[in-house]
Amino acid sequence: MEYAQATGLLGNVWLLVAIPLASAALLLLLGRRADRWGHWLGVLAPAASFVLGLVLFAQLSGLENKSVELSLWDFIDVFSFKVDFGLLYDPLSAIFVLLITGVGSLIHVYAVEYMRHDEGRRRFFGYFNLFVAAMLLLVLGNNYVMLYVGWEGVGLASYLLISFWYTRPAAATAGKKAFLMNRVGDAGFAIAIFAMFAALGTTQYDEVFNGVGALSSGLVLAIGLLLLLGACGKSGQFPLQAWLPDAMEGPTPVSALIHAATMVTAGVYLIARSNPVFSANETLQTVVVSIGALTLVIGCIIGCAKDDIKRVLAWSTVSQIGYMFLGVGLGGGAYALAIVHLLAHGFFKAGLFLGAGSVMHGMHDQTDIRRFGGLAKHMRITWATFGLGWLAIIGMFPFSGFFSKEPIIAAAFEREGWTAWLFGGAALLGAALTAFYMTRLFVLTFHGKPRWTEDIKHPHESPALMTIPLILLAVGSVGAGFLLSTSVPDWLTPVLPEHGEEAHGVLSHTVITILSLLVTVLGAGGAWLLFRNGTQEQEQPAGVLVTAARRNLYADSFNEWVFERPGIYLTRALVFLDNRGIDGLVNGLAAAVGGGSSRLRRTQTGFVRSYAMSILTGALVVTAAFVALQLGWLV
Amino acid sequence: MSFSPYVPIVALFVLGALFALFSVSIAPIVGPKRYNRAKLDAYECGIEPTPQPVGGGRFPVKFYLTAMLFIVFDIETIFLYPWAVSFDALGLFGLVEMVLFIGTVFIAYAYVWRRGGLNWD
Amino acid sequence: MEDLKAPSIDYAAVAPILILFGAACLGVVVEAFVPRRARHAVQLTLALLATLAGLVVVITQASTRVTTAVGALAIDGPAVFLQGAILVLALVSLLLMGERKLEPGGAFVPQAAITVGSEADERQAARAPGLTEVYPISLFAIAGMLLFVAANDLLTMFIALEVFSLPLYLLCALARRRRLLSQEAALKYFLLGSYASAFFLFGVALVYGFVGAVDLASIHTAAAESDRDPLLLYAGLALLSIGLLFKTAAVPFHVWTPDVYQGAPTPVTAFMAACTKVAAFGALLRVLYVGFNGLSWDFTPILGVVAVLTMIIGAVLAVTQTDIKRLLAYSSIANAGYLLVGVLASGERGLASTMFYLVAYGFSVLAAFAVVTLVRDADGEAGHLSRWAGLGRRSPLIAGLFTFILLAFAGIPLTSGFISKFAVFAAAMEGGQTWLVIAGVISSIVLAFPYLRVVVMMWLSDPSDATPTVSVPGVLTTAALAIGVAMTLLLGVAPSLLLDLTTGAAEFVQ
Repeated sequence: MEYAQATGLLGNVWLLVAIPLASAALLLLLGRRADRWGHWLGVLAPAASFVLGLVLFAQLSGLENKSVELSLWDFIDVFSFKVDFGLLYDPLSAIFVLLITGVGSLIHVYAVEYMRHDEGRRRFFGYFNLFVAAMLLLVLGNNYVMLYVGWEGVGLASYLLISFWYTRPAAATAGKKAFLMNRVGDAGFAIAIFAMFAALGTTQYDEVFNGVGALSSGLVLAIGLLLLLGACGKSGQFPLQAWLPDAMEGPTPVSALIHAATMVTAGVYLIARSNPVFSANETLQTVVVSIGALTLVIGCIIGCAKDDIKRVLAWSTVSQIGYMFLGVGLGGGAYALAIVHLLAHGFFKAGLFLGAGSVMHGMHDQTDIRRFGGLAKHMRITWATFGLGWLAIIGMFPFSGFFSKEPIIAAAFEREGWTAWLFGGAALLGAALTAFYMTRLFVLTFHGKPRWTEDIKHPHESPALMTIPLILLAVGSVGAGFLLSTSVPDWLTPVLPEHGEEAHGVLSHTVITILSLLVTVLGAGGAWLLFRNGTQEQEQPAGVLVTAARRNLYADSFNEWVFERPGIYLTRALVFLDNRGIDGLVNGLAAAVGGGSSRLRRTQTGFVRSYAMSILTGALVVTAAFVALQLGWLV
Repeated sequence: MSFSPYVPIVALFVLGALFALFSVSIAPIVGPKRYNRAKLDAYECGIEPTPQPVGGGRFPVKFYLTAMLFIVFDIETIFLYPWAVSFDALGLFGLVEMVLFIGTVFIAYAYVWRRGGLNWD
Repeated sequence: MEDLKAPSIDYAAVAPILILFGAACLGVVVEAFVPRRARHAVQLTLALLATLAGLVVVITQASTRVTTAVGALAIDGPAVFLQGAILVLALVSLLLMGERKLEPGGAFVPQAAITVGSEADERQAARAPGLTEVYPISLFAIAGMLLFVAANDLLTMFIALEVFSLPLYLLCALARRRRLLSQEAALKYFLLGSYASAFFLFGVALVYGFVGAVDLASIHTAAAESDRDPLLLYAGLALLSIGLLFKTAAVPFHVWTPDVYQGAPTPVTAFMAACTKVAAFGALLRVLYVGFNGLSWDFTPILGVVAVLTMIIGAVLAVTQTDIKRLLAYSSIANAGYLLVGVLASGERGLASTMFYLVAYGFSVLAAFAVVTLVRDADGEAGHLSRWAGLGRRSPLIAGLFTFILLAFAGIPLTSGFISKFAVFAAAMEGGQTWLVIAGVISSIVLAFPYLRVVVMMWLSDPSDATPTVSVPGVLTTAALAIGVAMTLLLGVAPSLLLDLTTGAAEFVQ
């Protein structure tokens, strides 16, 4: 595999990254001077990148092999260790550029209004632009080190934005939690890069992919697992999923852009980009599929149990990314399916989050769905757009989720033997649960009797700057699905494997389609029946609860017993181990060094005579050693 | 391994050390001990010893300065002498080099003169 | 009597050295004849111009590969590169020395012997605000260093060693603040420096005894081909190395470093830490790579032990330091160890990585000492580390820059410190010296601790009443600091600019 050098208009690919980066630098460096107009600059930057992205996209589609490379400079060039600061603009990165800048621009517009009364609006847009720049660098790099730089950049921006309201302890803690859990994954990713360099002597995509066939399968497995660890950390997949829901402490536009539409899908991008590595080892693919299936079920189950509107959406993100992992793990044509789902998800999930933000905006920042209800009459636009997003995410025909999710379920059933039932079944179960909890969310928020807190009299619709992005995203979630599912896989074929012959799985495709629609209707209908009359405003003691509430509690305690308690015990055990063992070791070492240092310091007496003695002794020893060497006494 | 070229050197070292030890240790034993004032005085190039100044042996820095200046010009003379002897052989190159050398020393001289190094007070 | 043949000298190749010596002499004349009031401006301009002119000539000589003056000088790749490095670093040091805004009259006192605060001191302050002899003295030192790295025979090398050492001894004694400490430092440096020079000279004598000549080419031939017992040669090499290792501040010949670095005026400390290191390692490289290359590097284990000791002891001792200048001194010792690893890597890689390290480290250390000159109170620079607590709150910019420099010293990526360490360690791995790399990594870990301690102290402690304010730097110090920081960043982000240069220059002529 080799890429052509970028020429002509395509030589300007670097501008995609440079524009938001420059804007971020301006916003952060100018300080208060930019307060008055800074947010508009912040909106302009991703919009400009989006326009440029469209132009470049058109250029790219005219090329024969649809891939160009742009070498900017030698990032690191120390003897045999060479890292190119270069960009790769190919169908996969081009489509990500459009997603990031397109959805990103809409969310930026929304944020102008959403953050209007916040003193730190300029700082917010600075970080936001920084994120866009880093994310674009992540998808545009032409080697793993560039990917890593972008990877860390989005991590930094995410950390800054989660704890944007750093005076709130919860936000500061959530920021730290996200940062730390991401470190675990990043460490894996970094080691994977080291391993690649050690084994292949390069980190350039084309060279790595060409060389991966020659590596032993154990090494490929190791590199793949480490990459996967990085992907799991960034994308909130099992076992590193816990940070993502907490990340909702950040402002809602952040949740929409970073923790739903773009950054958290970076793990999927990593695996899709590395598809030659992952396709080279079957065990590796099975691990990816298992993680995807497990996470999507976990996410759904927990999603059912949450009452905070943003947390429910966050867990649904976890679960939807589980579908994408399932897709990229299945390999072959399913890579493209996962990307399709990623794009569709980017639209409807961003819309849902912004809708949630709009609801919170009208309800004095209330996030508890038990205290909503009956908002449909008061917020027509939010209701309608949220409803379209809801239909899309549960996979109702003909909305985008149907076209993107159903093929992944079908692909899961195409596996051989009992694993088809296992993974296909999990995907179907996930579809049913998704329908259930999203319907619960939708019904409790917009329908039924109002259960508002006393201070709210008249919930109001949000201003146009917020509703226009909502409408545009809703249009995307309605119409995009069909378009994406037909055109994107073809577009992506130079990068991702082609969809081969229709394999015959354990069930025929028609049966699966009917089944998945059936479970969706069942799940949604069940939720509608249970929640159309609202729910208790507070958590009730056991025995008084309705059946559905019991199921919620069951999920909660499941979550608590399976994840939280062992987590706490594990943490305690680790803390114990850390205090007694590791800290003891580290402190002991530090004490030893410090003690040695204090003792050695005494030799530094300040007297010239003792210094001269030291030099003389050293000279005698060195000379004696040289003489001994020559006389052959040393060897 | 052949130490042979170094054996005479080592032998010389040993002999020298022995001689020094011998001389120092034998002198107090066999020498007559008749002290007088002149013998106990510090040796200062044969002239009358300067009385110890107040404050424990500190001299005005001017003495050192003068001594150093003397050494500088002394060295100049030492260089000039052999050059003059073989002037014919060294030719123009030697002349140029010597002019450069004297010029450099003259710069130092000018500095000392202008900065008051030649004034006693 | 035969006519003596004048030696042929390639004047273009030695022009930088001549320019610096000429400017130094001119500086003495200026000192004698220019009125006191105008002297500082004239001297500073002269020194900067001379250094700049030297640099320009060095750049035009970039492709020169000759030996000249009857083989006494070799103007080859490493010589030209190192001369350029010395001149650039010296230029920045001169900027630091020229600063007069931080303190009336600058960091140097005209007559150091006068007691601080006495009547005579006040008279002196009124009459002559500062010492201007530092510039010609520094120019002599710089010229000596240029000669030192180009010296192709041991006697020239010895003379160059003395030519740049004597001015340094003097410069150390001239601090305006803490005069006694400064003079003590100078005396220690002088005594121990002369002591080490004697070792060097004795080494030259022994080598002459074996080879019958002092030029490196003959030594190379004799070392490779002579069938005599090379005992003298090895003993001579040992003594030569000792003389040079003293200047590089390698353990156990490092003992002078902390005292001298602490006592000397900070701009001079910066000059020594940056330029003397370049010069000393330049000469060490030439002696080992040209003269004794024929010994097939079987002395590597011995110098390797020295390198390991230097890295470990420098790092360990840095841990308990409480004075910022002493801390930087020990850091400089440890860095000498890393540089030795590069030297011992042998081959072109070792040479290139060592030269890169020298330049990268030089810029960082200049910036670090520039910050040290800024953090001050009524008594001058606030050296004690406890006084730096909470500096991040008081002066975030300066504390931020210093943090960046410390991170560079600790070898964090995106700084030149990372690339340079990586380069020498990679070269050593390739040269088969894994044990040196292991010791180097351990030492780096230990050394990160004192750096981070300073960072933590600056940012996470609350400022106390004792926390000094940061003086507003004049344009000269600002320029020096900016150059140092910018180069530290630039060489971390785009190291290939300089690495290509060092790799291209990494070949000695004989």
